[in-house]
Amino acid sequence: MKLESRVPAGPIEKKWDNCRFEMKLVNPANKRKYSVIVVGTGLAGGAAAATLGELGYNVHCFCHHDSPRRAHSIAAQGGINAAKNYCNDGDSVYRLFYDTVKGGDFRAREANVYRLAQISVNIIDQCVAQGVPFAREYGGTLANRSFGGAQVSRTFYARGQTGQQLLLGAYQALERQIDAGSVTMYPRREMLDLIIVNGAARGVVTRDMTTGAVDATIADAVVLGTGGYGNVFYLSTNARNSNATAIWRAYKHGAAFGNPCFTQIHPTCIPVSGDYQSKLTLMSESLRNDGRIWVPLKKGDSRPPAQIPEAERDYYLERRYPSFGNLVPRDVASRAAKQACDEGRGVGPGGYGVYLDFAASIHRLGAHTIKERYGNLFEMYDRITGEDPYSVPMRIYPAVHYTMGGLWVDYRLMSTVPGLFVIGEANFSDHGANRLGASALMQGLADGYFVLPYTIGDYLANAKLEKASPDHAGAKQVLAKVDTVTRKMLAIKGKRTVDSFHKALGKLMWEYCGMARNEKGLQFAIGKIAELREEFWKNVNVSGGNEEINQALERGGRVADFLELGELMCRDALERRESCGGHFREEWQTPEGEAQRDDEKFSHAAAWAFQGEGKTPGRLVEPLEFEYVHPSQRSYK
Amino acid sequence: MKIILQVWRQKDRNARGKLVRYECPNVSEHMSFLEMLDVLNEDLTTKGEDPVAFEHDCREGICGSCGFMINGVAHGPMPGTTVCQLHMRHFKDGDELYLEPWRAKAFPVLRDLIVDRSAFDRIVAAGGFISVPAGSAPDGNAILVPKDASDRAMDAAQCIGCGACVAACPNASASLFTSAKISHLGLLPQGQPERYERALNMVHQMSVESFGACGNIGECEAVCPKRISIENIARMHRDYMKAAWMVRPEVETGGAG
Repeated sequence: MKLESRVPAGPIEKKWDNCRFEMKLVNPANKRKYSVIVVGTGLAGGAAAATLGELGYNVHCFCHHDSPRRAHSIAAQGGINAAKNYCNDGDSVYRLFYDTVKGGDFRAREANVYRLAQISVNIIDQCVAQGVPFAREYGGTLANRSFGGAQVSRTFYARGQTGQQLLLGAYQALERQIDAGSVTMYPRREMLDLIIVNGAARGVVTRDMTTGAVDATIADAVVLGTGGYGNVFYLSTNARNSNATAIWRAYKHGAAFGNPCFTQIHPTCIPVSGDYQSKLTLMSESLRNDGRIWVPLKKGDSRPPAQIPEAERDYYLERRYPSFGNLVPRDVASRAAKQACDEGRGVGPGGYGVYLDFAASIHRLGAHTIKERYGNLFEMYDRITGEDPYSVPMRIYPAVHYTMGGLWVDYRLMSTVPGLFVIGEANFSDHGANRLGASALMQGLADGYFVLPYTIGDYLANAKLEKASPDHAGAKQVLAKVDTVTRKMLAIKGKRTVDSFHKALGKLMWEYCGMARNEKGLQFAIGKIAELREEFWKNVNVSGGNEEINQALERGGRVADFLELGELMCRDALERRESCGGHFREEWQTPEGEAQRDDEKFSHAAAWAFQGEGKTPGRLVEPLEFEYVHPSQRSYK
Repeated sequence: MKIILQVWRQKDRNARGKLVRYECPNVSEHMSFLEMLDVLNEDLTTKGEDPVAFEHDCREGICGSCGFMINGVAHGPMPGTTVCQLHMRHFKDGDELYLEPWRAKAFPVLRDLIVDRSAFDRIVAAGGFISVPAGSAPDGNAILVPKDASDRAMDAAQCIGCGACVAACPNASASLFTSAKISHLGLLPQGQPERYERALNMVHQMSVESFGACGNIGECEAVCPKRISIENIARMHRDYMKAAWMVRPEVETGGAG
């Protein structure tokens, strides 16, 4: 297997134009002769399915929710970046490109990032036209705010519910196509396998989650927009049903998995409160615009925050990073919080928390303005913790939030399996080793509305595909395999629940492959995960049967995949012997404790190729060349 | 604390259901309601019984997946709160709680506390959108939108489509849900070209799906976790009335093409 990035020739600002001109088109009248499968209905999948439908393709769209409107993009709070320069503060496509490459610690493909920055402006236009109620100024123009890793205001937002509004925009566009008949929607269907015919992705096997029926659907190309795999950690800000099954099963059919160890730990989440905890809740990064982060100067200072005088507080981000202050990128802010807590200066029960304090902003702007900006977030915090953030500082701690890794794709978003396209968080993305805030929504919609719909046309116009049907031998084989695995899992009837395995895996991952990693820990985790996996297949207890709604069975399949993916993440973290972005190897740090890259050896994306069950996967490399943004020690001081 | 649950158990759409009593002996005040059910389900699984099926996903009150009746109130006793964000500190030791699925003809029960809400999707498909294909949009600031219009549109657009309004309504009407979308789009300049047809088509679909009519009772607003105002229903009715007079069939000659 070879990684061919297919980055077009020419200067960076011309590459996407050149690519669009070189690509073959499908004649409008011929589009309806092609069928495309889209799995997932988040920002990427929903936008892609709607747009392909508008263009005239015959689309089959699947989601595991009861409605396409529920995908986890809906939970994104803070905003979406675009290089509009509406604030007249010096922003440009080039600056957004620069900030994103630097924010990703020089581990992203320059050409992709530049395209993303170019397209960002079209996304805002599109969403406004769809009726997304973005925040406005009194004169009726669009409002902006700042996010981490940027010194300009380029983030568009709809209260603290930007993801919800953007997703509903895509969902409504999708429903319009469903009504028009160009998209056939299959809700409550989970993709369990990929069908390959003559080396090309031609279909999916899905399970109807209401009846248990397992079917094959055949098309001319397959698009995965199935999101990230943060739930491998059990506790994360991801929705409970977010999972890696679709991409993991595609990986086993030859789609290389890019940078699996690149995980984003978000600095501002509500801390864990007990063993029963089912998920962690994010408090939007936008809060860092007006909130100040601090811990007591003294170790073990257990006084209530109001009784700690200014002089005995350490506003550590403002102290360490005076030019970006509380708005440093996420990886930097998370590590700094961990360091403060490891020093014994953490706050709240267990000592794993830092304060996010709004007292100064409330004093300066008034409670009304703060309420207008963050009202729903403050309310959510109050609801979960029983504390009022208008009068007591929030307690926050980092939590797993996003995965920059995912299936490797070329410039045209195609994986190493011909005809298998991967979009949004599911691909290994444009974010390198760390994603900047408000860039996930941008990438999901860029891929879905404006990149994939063109590039898939070129693939279809060039591919000479034979006729295929669900009766094809390849499809039948995959169907039989899915059935065998389901029966096997239901037959075990062991002693441990699916969740207990998931929690155990999560603890291992958080401890050894979380915010700080080292050689010994990773090797230990790889061994332990293998043991856990072995026990899973002997001792898991999945109750009920297949021909019914069976949530334990759904989770069982997903956890089985996490138990394999977790090992690959550790393996990737082990082999990447440097620190970069969210990947922090304790052996490689600067004297000040910042991530120390090794550009000579690791200026590349690593993509893992499946070699067969029980075999060590192969590590492929796509060298990254930086023609425009010269790699330097990332500094936010 | 100890909580006693009476949970509606129903194997599938056609089976007969019944309430089953469970005891949750060690409930922490910091748990969310769904975390209490997680613990119950772990116990049931270990004992070899079928866990209680309930729908949930984000657990942040935004995806709209979760929801059931707690002692006859959709999403339980806290105003403006989905059941996933409802914490046990609002209950007391020894409370006995009845959990039932949303009940409405248009929302058939699929299992235990899970219902089929696909009727909502079909109402949106009937007109809950602005027809603007990708690529055809003008600059974001080309059409100015008064802040007030955007703010009010956002209030309506917050609907999470959970179905609590339908469950709470004695007529099982979907008026609050439908009107929230009609208001969201109708308040914005971008939504004007299709405004009246949208109202006509969405309201029509609502009755096709066997939802009842609005009787101005206001239960929907009282239980809505996003506090969507009943004012939207009045707005929907105005648009619908106007539409009934105004909307004309498409031009037969093909019009402007």
